[in-house]
Formats: sequence, structure tokens, C-alpha cells
Amino acid sequence: MASVLDAGSGIIRKREDIMIETPLIEVHDLVKYFPLGGSLLKKPHSWVKAVNGVSFKVEKGETFGVVGESGCGKTTLGRLILGLISPSSGRIEFDGKDFSTLNNTEMRSVRRRMQIIFQDPYSSLDPRMKVFSIITEPMRSIKDLSRNSRRELAADLLKRVGLRPEDLDKYPHEFSGGQRQRIGIARSICMRPELIVADEPVSSLDVSIQAQVINLMAKLREDYNLSYIFISHDLRVVNYLCNKIAVMYLGAIVELAPKHCFTTIARHPYTRALLESVPQPNPHQRGKLSPMEGDVSSPINLPSGCTFHTRCHYATDKCRKIAPPLLQVEPGHYVACWLNQGRGFEDY
Amino acid sequence: MNHLLEVDNLHVQFDTPQGPASAVDGASFHISHGETLGLVGESGCGKTVTSLSILGLIPSPPGYIKADRILFKGRNLLNLSSEDVRKIRGREIAMIFQEPMTSLNPVLPIGRQVAEPLIAHKGISKAKAFKEAIKWLDYVKIPEARKRLYDYPHQLSGGMRQRIMIAMAMVCHPQLLIADEPTTALDVTIQAQILSLIAGLKEELNMSVLLITHDLGVVAQMADRVLVMYAGEIVEEADVMSLYDRPFHPYTEGLLRSMPILDKQIGDKLHRLTEISGIAPCTTGLTQGCKFADRCPFAFPLCSEKRPELLEVKDGQRARCWLRDYPEKRRHHD
Repeated sequence: MASVLDAGSGIIRKREDIMIETPLIEVHDLVKYFPLGGSLLKKPHSWVKAVNGVSFKVEKGETFGVVGESGCGKTTLGRLILGLISPSSGRIEFDGKDFSTLNNTEMRSVRRRMQIIFQDPYSSLDPRMKVFSIITEPMRSIKDLSRNSRRELAADLLKRVGLRPEDLDKYPHEFSGGQRQRIGIARSICMRPELIVADEPVSSLDVSIQAQVINLMAKLREDYNLSYIFISHDLRVVNYLCNKIAVMYLGAIVELAPKHCFTTIARHPYTRALLESVPQPNPHQRGKLSPMEGDVSSPINLPSGCTFHTRCHYATDKCRKIAPPLLQVEPGHYVACWLNQGRGFEDY
Repeated sequence: MNHLLEVDNLHVQFDTPQGPASAVDGASFHISHGETLGLVGESGCGKTVTSLSILGLIPSPPGYIKADRILFKGRNLLNLSSEDVRKIRGREIAMIFQEPMTSLNPVLPIGRQVAEPLIAHKGISKAKAFKEAIKWLDYVKIPEARKRLYDYPHQLSGGMRQRIMIAMAMVCHPQLLIADEPTTALDVTIQAQILSLIAGLKEELNMSVLLITHDLGVVAQMADRVLVMYAGEIVEEADVMSLYDRPFHPYTEGLLRSMPILDKQIGDKLHRLTEISGIAPCTTGLTQGCKFADRCPFAFPLCSEKRPELLEVKDGQRARCWLRDYPEKRRHHD
């Protein structure tokens, strides 16, 4: 890619010919298969196709939501983007830099610009470290910071996430789940990252605490001009916080739409079924409770054609044979479904 | 009064190293025939302990149950011998748990597990019990039930396991089904399937359901009447429409408003979610006033001095809140 990598501190890097901002993250046809039953000398007998050809872009300052049911590959996608595991094939570019071309030192400097927030605030904090050490652990790679200035920084971070500076010398067990998640968030913003991958950050929290953490993440997004990749199974939360929403099913994106009236424009039968399955907190709108039969197919033996055809009410022979491509139906809105291409959505 | 279940002034305490912790603090409620009662609250508020104490499943020590009475079909469960309670449990009152993997026996085939309550409670032969089990597995939509009888729980998906749990609970035709977070561990599309299954069974068998959940969406879709619990107390009780239309207790109101709503979001502008500040109180030690006072946006001095009672506010809706007597203290700041 013809991108100018200016060595200075400029945040916006531009392409030579056309003056477009490079997306912060660009993913091309990403694939990750995990082997099953293999060993040093034996070939694996099958593969779990966790991520199966995913492409998207995340612009600076954008919050990109990834929704899907368990096993759809959303967590694997998050780990691929952070470079924690390497893809089977496909390309990931962070700020125009292709991961596969970077050496270890360069990779480290890229990693510094992205961070993660984990799902479980209990297992993601070391129980034997004090909050101060937990938060400043990422900073230790910068050697020129004295202990005092690290403490000052950490105290400031705690205040920003709604905890008190006195909490620096406490251990994780002294905090509730919501407070622990705040500590995890403080740790992730301490290096002033540009991208945070948040993997189900609120799903283990109670509703009232969930709202506190979501509000905090929205505030930090403005304070630090952060981009998030927000991974969740909860459509309500994703729809609330994200600018763009990608719906994943069995390792592939089936629909990608801007948040703007997502609930009304979503077209893929799977997205519609997901939306209808969310129980509405309104007893006056008691809907049909079960819009979709069956279980998710196994990611080891993916169904032929469109992977959703086994649960789709509208599946035709074409769906069973040929996988539909992810095509643009309106500006910024992509759907992978034969129903939605060429034909209108009225008869749906 | 002819309710299926009546619980009067239930207290459950646990011994802890920090002293006795009261998990349930004076809960009174009833369930009528054919009714779905929703019990909502956040983790640690005492919902599960309430349901376990109805079934006499609280291990003692460390737990101690104290109640004026727990009447089931006119019989006081507290006065029954553990042998007699065991005859009711699984036969007349059945329970579904949250995590189907840990509540099924991993080393027994599912057919055996579904047939077991029949053999134990009704004393029918194994062959007959297995036949009945197949019928129920079909009913809960396990595909090819006959072949599945000898499968083990680990061979099934989470949704299937929960269906097995439901079949197990239903084989003896209970009059009361206690469902403790039955869909929390499941994906949203599977959750919808399980909820519709429970609703269908309830209709068909005219059973009563005590549905315990933290999800206000699930309650809105399923329940006829709702109890809201906070820190071991019932803070509000209302029929489902009134509760969502005009919640009285500030905690209920806060819960409802802290949820992101899916539909009718216009434009990209982000409205801040209403949050309930602070965290739920610790249940050891005694508190004088209202337990919600330090998180309540309307709290005034009386709230931290004297504990409010659960009293009627309007047409059968009851709330444990001083705002009932001092409505002028309710002021919204937005």
C-alpha cells in the first residue's frame, strides 16, 4: 500500500495520490483455522473454522461493534486484530502497516497503540498485584519514568475511571465486579492507545453496573479520541454504543451496517431473527418469542453454500449451494444474502 | 385465600467469618394457580436463596431459615419432615437451574436422568418410565429422542441441555415450576426458544411458574406479576404492566432506565444511560434505614433513619419506600 509513514508525531497519515485518511484498522479476507486432533507427527483430522474470510475497516474515532452468538468467531477476530494469534491467511493493517511485514520491534511499537479490555474482571487482574502495579505494568517498558511520576499518572487514571487515588494500594479482591472492570479499563488506557478491543466488557456485570461502565467507555472515547472494536453478544449494548455494527455468523460477517437506524434497516434474515429474539423490556409488546428454530451448526463442518441456510426460513436451492458474497445494498450497508441482491426486501 | 404457594416473612441467614449475613430479610409473597411470578434483582440480592428455601435446599449450617410459614397447597412446608418435603420436591414443585451443564449428571445418560423422577416418585417400572421420558424429550423438541436416550450431557449443546432439564422437571407434572435464570447461559436465539417452550408448557398444563431472572426484558415478556428484590428485601411488587408503566421504587425505576433500549433510537446522538450510582450494600451487619438509601437519588434524612415497610401505593402495587408518604421528595433532575 502506498502510504506515507511519517516519522514524526503526526497522527493523520495520508496516501500519496488521493488525500484520504488511512483507516486505523483494515482487515482483508482474514481466515483463522484451529487444528483438531493433530500432534507433532500427525496431521490434524479436521479444522475448526473460527474466522472464515472477514474483511472490514475501522476508521479513527469509530466504534465498531461485532455481534454474534457464542462460537461465531468474534473473540478470535479480536485476538487476531491485536496480533495475539496469527491468522491462517489474510492481511491485517494497522494504520497502513501490514502486520505480516513487521519485525518484533516494530510489532511492539504497534502493540503499544492498541489495548484490550477483557470480559471477566475477576480472572483478568492478578490477585497478588496491587492496583498500582496492575495499572502501570504496561508503562514499565518505558524506562524513563520515575516511580513517583508513574504514581501520579496512575492516580490520575483512577480518577478518570471513577475510582479514588487511595485505591492504588489495594488488591483486586477488595473491589466489586464493576470496580474491577474500571481497573481493567484504567490499565488499558494508560498507554494512551488509539484502539481498544473490548471483548464482552459488560456481559458479566449487573444491569445497573453495566450502565456505569458503558457510560465510562463512552466518556473515555471522547476524552482520548479512542476507537473501539466492541465485541458482544448483546445487541442492545452494541446498538447503543457503536457507529457501525457487523453481525457475524459461523466465522463470517453476514451483515455490516451503520448504527443509524440499524434496527430498521437490517436485512439479513439472521440479523432480523437476532433482533426479534431480544426480549423487549415492554410488557405491552409481547412478541412471538421464538423467531428461529434450531441450533448453530458446527464450525468444524460448515454447511454448504450460505452457512445460515440450515436455520433460515427463506432458504432456496441456490442458498444451499452457493455462498452469497457480502455486497453493498446501500452506501455503507453490506449484506451477504441472496434474498437481498437484485430483489427488493418487500416480500421478505 | 387460596394461593398455590404462600410465603410469610421469610428470613434466611448464613454464618460467615464476618458474622451472620442475612440473604433474605423478611420476604412475603404468594403465587396463584396458573400464574407466572417474576422475581427480579441483581446478583446477591437473594433471589436464588429465596427459591432454594422454598424447596428446603439450604444447607444448614451455615444457612438458617426462619419464616412464619411457607404454605404450599395449604400445607406448611416448614413443619414437614425432610422425607415429606422430598416427596413434594421434584414431584409437585420442580426446579430448573441456570447452568445446565453443572446441574446434569455428566456420567449418566440423559434418558436415565429424565426417567429418574418417575421411578423415584411414582414407583413405575423402568421400561414405562423410559417411554414417558421419550414422550417428554419429544415434547421439548429434542430431535430423534429415542436415539438420544443414551447420549451423555457433554454430547449436547447448551440449549439442548436446558431442554433436558425442562423435560426432567416436567415428567411428574409439577404444579409449580421454579426456573432460576433458565436462559442466562444461553445465546439470545436459543433463549427465545427456551422461553417459548416454558410459556407453552405453562399454558398447556396450567402450571404456576416462579421465574427468577436479572433480565428485565425476559420478565416483561413472560411474567404476570413481578417482585423486585434488593439486598434481601422485596422493594416492589406489582403486576407486570403497572411495573413497567409506572415503577414506584427508585431502584425499579433506575433498573428500567439503565437498560439500553433496542428500538426507536433516532439519529446517532447518544443519550447517556441512567446509572444507579454506587454498589449494592454488604448484607452483614444491621442497617437502620432503607437499604437503598445511599444509592437513591431522592434519599432524604428519614430514609437512613427508619426502614420503610412494603405497603400499597396504588391498585395492588406495593413498594418499600418513604416516597409513598412523602411524594414531594421525588424530583427528577433531567
